[in-house]
Amino acid sequence: MNWRAIKAIYRFEMARTGRTLMQSILAPVLSTSLYFVVFGAAIGSQITKMEGVDYGSFIVPGLIMLTLLMQSVMNASFGIYFPKFTGTIYELLSAPISFIEIVIGYVGAAATKSIILGLIILATSWLFVPVRIAHPVWMITFLLLTAVAFSLLGFIIGIWADGFEKLQVVPLLIITPLTFLGGAFYSVSVLPPFWQTVTFFNPIVYLISGFRWSFYEVADVNVNISLAMTLVFLAACLGVIWWIFRTGYRLKN
Amino acid sequence: MQDIITISGLSKTYATGFTALKNINLGIRRGEIFALLGPNGAGKTTLIGIVCGTVNPSEGTVTVDGHDNVTDFRAARELIGLVPQELTTDAFESVWATVSFSRGLFGKPKNPAYIEKILRDLSLWEKRNDKIMTLSGGMKRRVLIAKALSHEPNILFLDEPTAGVDVELRKDMWQVVRDLRASGVTIILTTHYIEEAEDMADRIGVISKGEIILVEEKKALMSKLGKKRLTLQLQEKLSALPAGMFGAEQLALSGDGTELTYTYDTQAERTGITRLLASLNEAGIRFRDLSTTQSSLEEIFVGLVHNGRNGAAK
Ligand SMILES: Nc1ncnc2c1ncn2[C@@H]1O[C@H](COP(=O)(O)OP(=O)(O)OP(=O)(O)O)[C@@H](O)[C@H]1O
Ligand SMILES: [Mg+2]
Repeated sequence: MNWRAIKAIYRFEMARTGRTLMQSILAPVLSTSLYFVVFGAAIGSQITKMEGVDYGSFIVPGLIMLTLLMQSVMNASFGIYFPKFTGTIYELLSAPISFIEIVIGYVGAAATKSIILGLIILATSWLFVPVRIAHPVWMITFLLLTAVAFSLLGFIIGIWADGFEKLQVVPLLIITPLTFLGGAFYSVSVLPPFWQTVTFFNPIVYLISGFRWSFYEVADVNVNISLAMTLVFLAACLGVIWWIFRTGYRLKN
Repeated sequence: MQDIITISGLSKTYATGFTALKNINLGIRRGEIFALLGPNGAGKTTLIGIVCGTVNPSEGTVTVDGHDNVTDFRAARELIGLVPQELTTDAFESVWATVSFSRGLFGKPKNPAYIEKILRDLSLWEKRNDKIMTLSGGMKRRVLIAKALSHEPNILFLDEPTAGVDVELRKDMWQVVRDLRASGVTIILTTHYIEEAEDMADRIGVISKGEIILVEEKKALMSKLGKKRLTLQLQEKLSALPAGMFGAEQLALSGDGTELTYTYDTQAERTGITRLLASLNEAGIRFRDLSTTQSSLEEIFVGLVHNGRNGAAK
């Protein structure tokens, strides 16, 4: 394993983030604040409690997840797509590194960044509503696993994409809707039975439910199932990565 | 001495179905400068890409200093620096950062003093903190060279390193290449400026339509394929060559009728010069002066590739 190469890629990616600090950090903080104003203050004043938790506090884990998923996917996909687009990928391909080092470098950096953002959102939330974390270890575990799994997904998208539109399609048309419908802002139990059943086909439900459980001990599904689903998702992404690695899919002519 | 790179039975067919390389067999000698020449689309970049790992071969193998470049790619690639033909650089990175990044990517520990030396040699030191996008094309080219040298490679591939570089800097660049060679680095370069290859190379390979059509020591090539030209400055204008003159098919009269050129093959058993002079004497043609010139590599190259094209058309 070429650790120096991993470090070089990781630092390169983190430096890229550093250059766009304003949009990287300010934008999610701003949008989180807006969610609190709109959902927390306007709607929350009507709902008051969800599963015995203040509505404002209830949405915090969902908000963090929303950012975590989006940022992981977008960062990792952009990170690997850009060298393909500009041609600088020649250097990665001619270096004495395998696909493994490339994945660890890019996915590690994307996951780091999205975890940092998740924590920033958590801190921002604290300014608006009381937040309690019942199981910090579980919370960190879900944060970490989700960030890595979705950064892997983002990496796969970045390899697959052959244009900027494709980079946008998955986050905007799949992940955002699934997150909104996945109980980021409500408990699945408030839905009619039919829609509850449909909802359980949405993998993001399990992530949000488990993550929220680590805060407030309220969940739509058992936390062990959430963890298992997260691991399944992670394994699926690793499987696809392995396949790309075996076949050299879209990396080389 | 054992070749440092051995290419055997290499073929490449792109996904489009186009066959860019056909059964290439080539050895690169340790420490030489090898110039790979060929017209646009001949397959030079494809060949370099396969050796360096940016393109997958369809068939055949490449070994670099004894390491197969697929099964033992880490050991093989560690030895190689690549300067790509396209100017592909990051836009927002500084020169220093991008060159350091390359060194890290190849697994080498930090060495600021060495990177400083490269940047100074390539006249980039003043620009080290500038963002790459603010550099001119020729400077970007040199940044690519600095990146390729950052990990102290034993083998350097230069795919048209001088495209878009001004005359003075080109000289500096070739000086860098000569110094590298002197330090034992093997260099493989492509260029469309044939006179550069003539200046620099120890050996020349010519590739055309995906096939290596010639590999020769430059000197041997020049004398073997070289045609010499004898130019005679005539005392009196000549309107036409006298009929039945010796070697008429090798003779050409200049437009103003004051110069006669005789082209001959240095390898031929007889150059025919003696008979030509005798024949001129008989015809009463006198000359003031004479000179000979050897044809350049460029002419040889054009001749070769041209014949190749005609051959393929038949
Ligand atoms: N990715 C690709 N897909 C399909 N065909 C390709 C691809 N890359 C190159 N080719 C074709 O392969 C042939 C060889 O290309 P290559 O770039 O190796 O030529 P070259 O000798 O480097 O030419 P030049 O002097 O113009 O740089 C060309 O006909 C080119 O069109
Ligand atoms: Mg080329």
